[in-house]
Amino acid sequence: MCLAIPGKIVNLVPDQEHIGTVEVAGVRRKVDLGLLQEEPPKAGDWVLIHVGFAMSKISEQDALEQMHLLQMLGESELAMQEVRGYGLEEDGDSGAPAAKAN
Amino acid sequence: MRFVDEFRDPELIAKASDEIRRLSDPNRHYRFMEVCGGHTHAIYRFGLKDILPSNIELIHGPGCPVCVLPMGRIDDGLAVAKDANVVFTAFGDMMRVPGTHGSPLEHKARGADVRIVYSPADALQLAKRNPDKQIMFFAIGFETTAPSTALTLMRAKAEGVKNFSVFCNHVTIVPGIRAILDSPDMRLDAFIGPGHVSTVIGCRPYEWIARTEHKPVVTSGFEPLDLLQSIVMLLRQLKAGEAKVENQYKRVVPWEGNRAALKVLAEVFQLRPYFEWRGLGFISQSALKLRDEYAEWDAERRYPIPGTRVTDPKAAQCGEVLKGVLKPAQCKLFGNKCTPEHPIGALMVSSEGSCAAYYNYEHRKAAAMANSAGSAA
Amino acid sequence: MAHGAGGKASRRLVEGLFVPLLSGGLREALGDAARVSFGGSTVAITTDSFVVRPLRFPGGSIGELAVNGTMNDLAVSGAKGEAMVATFILEEGLATSVLEAEIRAMAAALRAAGVALVAGDTKVVERGKADGMYITTTGIGSPLSQVCVDPRSVRRGDKILLSGPIGDHGITILLARGDLDLEAELASDTRCILPLVEALASEAGPGIRWMRDPTRGGVATVLNELARDCGLGIVLEEKELPVRDQVRGACELLGLDPLHIANEGQFVAVVAPEYADAALNALRSTPGGEEACAIGEVRSEPACAVLVMTNYGGSRIVDMLIGDPLPRIC
Repeated sequence: MCLAIPGKIVNLVPDQEHIGTVEVAGVRRKVDLGLLQEEPPKAGDWVLIHVGFAMSKISEQDALEQMHLLQMLGESELAMQEVRGYGLEEDGDSGAPAAKAN
Repeated sequence: MRFVDEFRDPELIAKASDEIRRLSDPNRHYRFMEVCGGHTHAIYRFGLKDILPSNIELIHGPGCPVCVLPMGRIDDGLAVAKDANVVFTAFGDMMRVPGTHGSPLEHKARGADVRIVYSPADALQLAKRNPDKQIMFFAIGFETTAPSTALTLMRAKAEGVKNFSVFCNHVTIVPGIRAILDSPDMRLDAFIGPGHVSTVIGCRPYEWIARTEHKPVVTSGFEPLDLLQSIVMLLRQLKAGEAKVENQYKRVVPWEGNRAALKVLAEVFQLRPYFEWRGLGFISQSALKLRDEYAEWDAERRYPIPGTRVTDPKAAQCGEVLKGVLKPAQCKLFGNKCTPEHPIGALMVSSEGSCAAYYNYEHRKAAAMANSAGSAA
Repeated sequence: MAHGAGGKASRRLVEGLFVPLLSGGLREALGDAARVSFGGSTVAITTDSFVVRPLRFPGGSIGELAVNGTMNDLAVSGAKGEAMVATFILEEGLATSVLEAEIRAMAAALRAAGVALVAGDTKVVERGKADGMYITTTGIGSPLSQVCVDPRSVRRGDKILLSGPIGDHGITILLARGDLDLEAELASDTRCILPLVEALASEAGPGIRWMRDPTRGGVATVLNELARDCGLGIVLEEKELPVRDQVRGACELLGLDPLHIANEGQFVAVVAPEYADAALNALRSTPGGEEACAIGEVRSEPACAVLVMTNYGGSRIVDMLIGDPLPRIC
């Protein structure tokens, strides 16, 4: 139920509606695009493949945003530590200087 | 691999793991249920439990369609395969699942025509290429997989392929979650929501969990960073006293789901009034069957089905493990009578059932470490 | 059928049935090849049967497997193949051209291995009984002087070396069967590994503790067998495991683990740490060994098990294969 892999549509099969060839790390398979007909994908799009059917288009934008969020993890904490180091804290939640190692 | 490797980046994993430690309250014991069998598998495959602090406990939910399939249904499907003309096709996951008289692979060894397919479309192809045979597709899976079966049936009908049928065991995830939450012993803080099921049904179907049960839900992807980020999001909600549904798997899961997929589901399937879930008992409106318009392709109407009911031995405590009340190792049969090689209950049957996953990964690790400690002492 | 797949069930069959009833030398019965001494000489001897569908596949065919498989078993037991005998069980109706193609393939493989086929036998069975053909080969070899292979000599700190990328053969076969409708530019890695073993022996001979060719059941199975036989733990670094992109892609698509997939042209060697660098250099400077690498080491825990470390602090136990590797969708 759960094993679904991102693959890139390398071409749409000309004489077979709804079928595209998808590639995952050099492995190719014909995939049925029938579940994405509301916004038909085209060659070059990335889709999520499950049991030979494309379930969803993968949004590169959302993936990049997610990576950005992940990169930011801990950054606000680091910024706080730096601020404390300058003695600029207002709340008394950590009176000690920022001696914590990351 | 694109959209896979980035989400396994060690530096980011370290960051996420630090954030989890920062956010978790050391005086609190968190119990998060991951519903999907695929999440259970990922947690073990990526060794995520080694990265999480010990006060975060992951409880494995009922989202394993192989595990919750009653043995009687396998017996019924294999009864059809006794006919020499019938080719029994199913996903690899089903092949070693024991029925009362053996698994599909064991039936194959005894002469039945049993074949693995990667896709229901392949089963339909098989039917087209073998007009003298009857191809039966033994369908399993939640809402992730059901639309593919539905679309295949639509194509079979449109193309007039008569020697193809589906033995439908598709189940729906929300009633399974409800059954867990309805249990009086249930003690869960939050849910790591289904990832791929949500690409079809979207995130709305989980809103009642947040609203009525006041438990946070984050629909999650399957890579290590996805799971860790989802845990970060759950911890943030709990810290702020919130309970809402959030979508961590945005790059793939649309909030409103996949309308085309939902349409084909409605076209081909209808809900059964009730269906038995192994380990959980009968749950109403929790499974799909073919509509009358597709009766011709319904294996249950084409072939005589014995309607076998098999009850698991009382000693098998699958239900309690499924609900997170017991840990796998606390079931009396675990590790002695019930192992992955000879499974007695639902959760040992598939490699991502709680007990099988626990056995293959943690139990053996713990036993091996204990052996080493013993021999070193 | 699970008994033939190379993992737990196979081992139980051999240990539970064959060994007690048939063997005079228990240990040898379970290694890749046996040593037999008589009249002041010692020869290594081994046998193997080859059953594969389809008979021909990218990178090779059953004939090549039959030669290389047996030569490789001799090589990893520390012996140089000297002669081979072969028996063929042919299915009635098998096209002569198919048989001829396999004989030619075997001849080429024998030439490449520098070995002669000195005797053979053929039987024909009813249609439907042999998947086209089954081949059994038995090889005898002369022990390489510098090499002594014994799991009991394995120690904590020993390094685990691998001759090249894993999974090529098994995935090629899976794809060649056509049931999964997957295509990839991939070929079986079948080859005679003797030159690599000889190179290893000449540069690091005294440091070799144990070798094995990870055929059915893959690297995970042979290392689990080693762990059991020596009572120690094997710890592998996931990021060091060499896997071609296509093998990785196919495994991700099908839910398989490359560590469980069969290889027909690779071997695993455990060497003493002070010889590890020399060993790797020897392999890498030999044609065909350029991708050799160190994948892990022997530790005291987890005893009798194989642990794979992710590169972010996680770990998982990898067991022997139970039955054939089956694609999954969950």
